[in-house]
Amino acid sequence: MSLLAVDGLSVRFDTDDGPVHAVDRLSFTLGESEVLGVVGESGCGKSVSFMSLLRLLPETATVEGAATFDGIDLLHASPARLRSIRGRQIAFVFQEPMTSLNPAFKVGNQIGEVLRRHLGLSRGDARRRSIELLDLVRIPSPERRVDEYPHQLSGGMRQRVMIAMAVACDPKILIADEPTTALDVTIQAGILDLMRDIRERLGTAIVLITHNLGVVADVADRVLVMYAGRKVEEAPVHELFARPQHPYTNGLLGAVPRPGAGRLREIPGRVPSLAELPAACAFAPRCPRADQLSRTQVPDLREVAPQHHVACFHPGPDAEATA
Amino acid sequence: MSFVDTSVATISPRARRRRILRRRFLRRPLAVVGFIVALAFVLAAILAPVIAPYSAGATDFNALLAHSSRHHLLGTDELGRDVFSRILWGARASIEAGVLATLLAMAVAVPIGIVAGYYRGWVDAVIARVTDVLLAFPFLIVAVGLAAILGPSLTNATIALGIGAAPALIRIARGEALALREEDYVRAAVANGASDLRILARHVLPNMLSTLIVQATVAIPTAIIGEAVLSFLGLGVQPPTPSWGVMLSDAQSYLSQAPRLAVYPGIAIFLCSLSFNLLGDGLRDVLDPRTTR
Amino acid sequence: MTEPVLEVEGLVKHFPVRGFGASGVVHAVDDVSFVIGRGELLGLVGESGSGKSTVANCVMRLVTPTGGRVRLNGTDITHLSRRALRPLRRHMHMVFQDPYSSLDPRMTCGQIVSEPLEVQGLARGRDLDAQVGKLFDRVGLRDELRFRYPHELSGGQRQRVGLARALAVSPALLVADEPVSALDVSVQASILNLLRDLQEELGFSCLFITHDLATVEYLCDRVAVMYLGKIVEVAPTRELFATPRHPYTQSLLSAAVVPDPVEQRGRRRVVLEGDLPSPLAPPSGCRFRTRCPLEERSAPESHEEEPPLVEVAEGHFVACHLVRRGETPALFTPAAVAQ
Repeated sequence: MSLLAVDGLSVRFDTDDGPVHAVDRLSFTLGESEVLGVVGESGCGKSVSFMSLLRLLPETATVEGAATFDGIDLLHASPARLRSIRGRQIAFVFQEPMTSLNPAFKVGNQIGEVLRRHLGLSRGDARRRSIELLDLVRIPSPERRVDEYPHQLSGGMRQRVMIAMAVACDPKILIADEPTTALDVTIQAGILDLMRDIRERLGTAIVLITHNLGVVADVADRVLVMYAGRKVEEAPVHELFARPQHPYTNGLLGAVPRPGAGRLREIPGRVPSLAELPAACAFAPRCPRADQLSRTQVPDLREVAPQHHVACFHPGPDAEATA
Repeated sequence: MSFVDTSVATISPRARRRRILRRRFLRRPLAVVGFIVALAFVLAAILAPVIAPYSAGATDFNALLAHSSRHHLLGTDELGRDVFSRILWGARASIEAGVLATLLAMAVAVPIGIVAGYYRGWVDAVIARVTDVLLAFPFLIVAVGLAAILGPSLTNATIALGIGAAPALIRIARGEALALREEDYVRAAVANGASDLRILARHVLPNMLSTLIVQATVAIPTAIIGEAVLSFLGLGVQPPTPSWGVMLSDAQSYLSQAPRLAVYPGIAIFLCSLSFNLLGDGLRDVLDPRTTR
Repeated sequence: MTEPVLEVEGLVKHFPVRGFGASGVVHAVDDVSFVIGRGELLGLVGESGSGKSTVANCVMRLVTPTGGRVRLNGTDITHLSRRALRPLRRHMHMVFQDPYSSLDPRMTCGQIVSEPLEVQGLARGRDLDAQVGKLFDRVGLRDELRFRYPHELSGGQRQRVGLARALAVSPALLVADEPVSALDVSVQASILNLLRDLQEELGFSCLFITHDLATVEYLCDRVAVMYLGKIVEVAPTRELFATPRHPYTQSLLSAAVVPDPVEQRGRRRVVLEGDLPSPLAPPSGCRFRTRCPLEERSAPESHEEEPPLVEVAEGHFVACHLVRRGETPALFTPAAVAQ
């Protein structure tokens, strides 16, 4: 029984230039204590998909499909219901810890606010718990830090505080949207360790949204690759990196500089405009394997190996790929 | 094949941007109303000689303090002058003062503000402090003081209003220049070896334009009210030239008998400044690059 | 040996800070020296607070150094006036990190690229037009994009415009400050390849600034690693990646994520303790000591004396007391580079 089941999720924005189909019929599940890596470049719809689940999108967005969390229909839940889920059962961590924390309040205060509001703790209890949480996220001297202001903390620490706030109510799911993108490499490593730690100790399921394949290789159990609002490949992490099937996944992997890898792979062309939903494979215009079939039909997800699904008419490893 | 390459449009990029802005503007009813009403006032001011039923000073001693009638849409005042016509004629003074004072303020404030914000250092320190001191005085006090020194006339009132509005605009222009000088494209221009003048004229000023336009549309109503105040105090337009402020002043003595003589010019001031305000608000929204609709 | 294109000697840049709480001096760059030869690509790597961008700004004379010397093609440009600097600017140019703010939104792409040529008086009229056309072609942009505004182009296309602008004057030195960090992965690849190809074709020298080691490994001939305003290690690329000597370099290399779960999860990471010290008050002696996993072995020398850059192998310099003593900290040894 999965914790989160999303079926046929579609999100459309109404903009000045007409409709933008940010997400097209996305389906996936998330199991308990599982780490799901969602990978894609900008505009692929990865962030929008998850924000739509908790109705965090602006009014210009229209959301369709089904999303069930713990038996609750998220897309049709009442605002009050959603409020009780947000931050409590499903928590978010965003990219910019600088702007997510209120500079005018002490760190302990901000964590405490979450505890008081969602769990009804008293001030004293909330403070005690805040210190415990700061310790959980491995901030040294938490009794001192709890009374500090965000500007007194480094970027990495602030992100840890954000994570502390997110896990304060012991949520079932932690959705981290590019949590380490704005951080230095050495700090990033620590945050990824922390996420692993949280999964081990608290059993929280984690959705890790990122464009960085290395981050996903480090932490994820399963990986979902998105392109132009659609899911193009999904597999357990070792399987995906060892045997990538979709030409886009292959392209992405080949584009990352690696010692001894030779010239970087380029993906010709541009991401398609999302103004229309193409009745064909979204990647076809840029795909070396494209043919009449992929240019006229939308590929379904097919299982090419146990738990490994690809939306492609010509799945398979790249001919050029090195072992 | 439904893949439209969106980078090949059929109309020029400038036209496309104009179209988007127009559409955004039309989605804001308040701004549209503001635009229409403001335009109406401007046209009234321009076309007053043509559309006013009576000349500004034409008296009719047979119809003193008359109520609205077929002959006099809004009635007459204590000298039998047609109120409606005087409102139209008065629009000239108000719009003229409003627009010209604002233009003067911009012409003075923008260069000073840009220099302060772009060069910083002691130049900025001096300008910023002086501006801060001036801003400590309420705009109207400054305007009244200057008008009193310069002597009562519409021109002097306009100058006084313009100078009074300048400090606030200096601060805004300075803020914009301060932000713009940190933009990478300005640094790239320096890397090109461009002269300061070129950088300010080609890179800094054009990118401040939207903000300045919006500030202007918001400064105009302040100037209009300012003109009314100055005329009310006898420091602006001199009789017999009509102005809404003068009309208000004259109406004081007849408040119990004919309060409408104060109400009509009051409504005119209110509507005129409100319309420019709404227009300015709407423009600010529309021109903000972050707006999506 | 021909004259180097860029010589940086003892570069210092301090910023005075006068704020509510803090007042003092930010030691952004302290005594940095390096040389870039003709046609050479030097990578400058560091994390936030390392001072690498400040070095770029000093080299480009977008700010004036507090101390030290910058020599471009043999000419000392450290304290030249803006006017004197102007004609020399055609020998160096810069590509910026943010594709969105590096192009003037009010100018067409063609105007942006022609500006350096106009300002330097290198072309006019039809000749100018032709040169801009050639530049667009060279960076792989369709000619019609000359008439578009930056916001109509994608991030990758904008960076190409930025490159075209920087190369318009055929500079001897190109300073690239994190030119691909703000781009998507696949777009990064095309820009990096473009940069590599253009450098081979045109032969300019390049100071490539980044926080991403993998990129530096792909592109650069030599690498300098910076920490808190100082260079801690310099070496030819292959050498640095095969045998990093400085503990900081080793921790950087060990922390970088690779897109391979087996390798990534099997890796033993060097964890740095604590936070980056404030550049307002850098630690005495070795600036890295507060986070160095080998600090006890280097004390008390590392507390009192700043380690000088010492040559440990051909062209390989390290600033570390332990290395100077002959001890080789082997916290992290990368697998041999397969090439």
